[in-house]
Amino acid sequence: MILASEHEAQSSPAQGSRGEVLRFDNVTVRFDQETALDAVSFSMSAGETRILLGAAGSGKTVLIKTAVGLIRADAGRVYLFGTDITDMDERHLFDLRAKVGILFQEGGLFDSMTIEENVAYPLVNQRARTPMPAEVVQEKVLEALSFVELERTVAQFPSELSGGMRRRVGIARAVVTEPPLVLYDSPTAGLDPITATTIMALIVKERDLRNTAAVVATHRYQDGQLMANFRYNPQRGALERVSSDGKNGLKTTFMVMRDGRIAFEGSEAELESSTDPYIAKFVKR
Amino acid sequence: MLDFLKGPVLTFQNFVSLSGRAILNVFRSPHYVDDIILQMDIIGVGSVPVVIMNGFFTGAVMGLQLSRALATYGATGQIGQLVAITLVRELGPVLTAIMIAGRNGSGIASELGSMKVTEQIDAMRALGTDPIQKLVTPRLIATAVMLPLLTIVADFMGLFGGFVISMVLLNITAAQYWSTAWRALQYNDVVQGLLKPFAFAIVIALVGCYYGMNTTGGTQGVGRATTQAVVVAFIWIIVITFFIGRIFVNLG
Repeated sequence: MILASEHEAQSSPAQGSRGEVLRFDNVTVRFDQETALDAVSFSMSAGETRILLGAAGSGKTVLIKTAVGLIRADAGRVYLFGTDITDMDERHLFDLRAKVGILFQEGGLFDSMTIEENVAYPLVNQRARTPMPAEVVQEKVLEALSFVELERTVAQFPSELSGGMRRRVGIARAVVTEPPLVLYDSPTAGLDPITATTIMALIVKERDLRNTAAVVATHRYQDGQLMANFRYNPQRGALERVSSDGKNGLKTTFMVMRDGRIAFEGSEAELESSTDPYIAKFVKR
Repeated sequence: MLDFLKGPVLTFQNFVSLSGRAILNVFRSPHYVDDIILQMDIIGVGSVPVVIMNGFFTGAVMGLQLSRALATYGATGQIGQLVAITLVRELGPVLTAIMIAGRNGSGIASELGSMKVTEQIDAMRALGTDPIQKLVTPRLIATAVMLPLLTIVADFMGLFGGFVISMVLLNITAAQYWSTAWRALQYNDVVQGLLKPFAFAIVIALVGCYYGMNTTGGTQGVGRATTQAVVVAFIWIIVITFFIGRIFVNLG
């Protein structure tokens, strides 16, 4: 109860009512003398997809980590679900982070735990969560693993799986709590094109089945295109192309990062028509 | 001018901050009971064989070496008394703590260090759980409970080792050995012999966790953190035993 009232005290009601899930307000992050994020501002609402394009070292991972307070902003404010988390005490942040799913660049799986224990981890360990019976946990874990088509790996350890499979387990762990916001840090980095497409298809499926907001950091433009132009059809159990006239119901915004700054923010069409040479590099096919 | 002090002061400040949070977490929920039991098994049950060996031979060596000195005064009959006092007050707690620092302090530092460099600690934070509550506090509780118990095992095995030497080499009867040993021990000795391992346990667990959680620099960093954890724990064990010993000498 104390926690809830403290969160409410820091929330801005106006932001909460708009269904805003994440907002950066002039956020700057520095490591020693190096600026990793430079006055970054944007906001995204519930159900929206943000594609974060940028070269290696442009600040994509830092932005994702700052969004959940793993890295603290040196200037500016970060709002998560309408709550200002910029200076929030780490203990209170744990409860807010429980509402966000994260896929780390390398999967971030616990190598001493089995796949089942890894996926069950948020369900079993989050402080804000009411303890649930072991059978319910197991059921949810199997459901999440069958979502990524890996239900046979429950008893294996992460080291026994391939890179793509580990990434899929990472997705299962990120979504097992059914969070309203999921952050994917380079979900396709280092994967072959076929596995990369499988991973992206899972991300689209997750977004459309549960209507979650998603931030996808990637250096592959085709990942963004897939998110912007395809939708999961539950009847057919496959992705299908939707009309690209902007009325397809998908709220996808592209952002291009360069040296810690947002060099571009807009729709797919605007991105493709950009004449900036750095931005054009990402669109080239 | 005092820039060279910045590093050590910062390290100490971070160590105190981690220790404070870990100790406060003992009284806060959630309590990860499974992790505490698992750590008790690793640190406590897993260390029993080495502690038995260590304790037995420490007592045996003491019996062997002290017998020569005591023979000079024709007092070999008092061997039980000397072995009991030295073991219970000093050698049992210190040698067991050094064994556990080498075995478990290093294990804690390398395990947490590997988790740190592979971003598993960050993953834990991102998944809405406190790594201090999940990783540090269970290790602290487990070490603080198990080290005094292991010390009791080591003390008993040491007395037994001394007894075997006394009986086989010095022809001292069992009744004589055990009665001198029993009579020599005072309440003060036992309290000090159990307070020390409790203090050592806190130091071993927290130092191991601190160096593990602050590992940087990949696999090489893990090796460095492990070495630092063991060396720092050894030093603190020796320093603490001196101060606790000093307090009890005054009390005595």
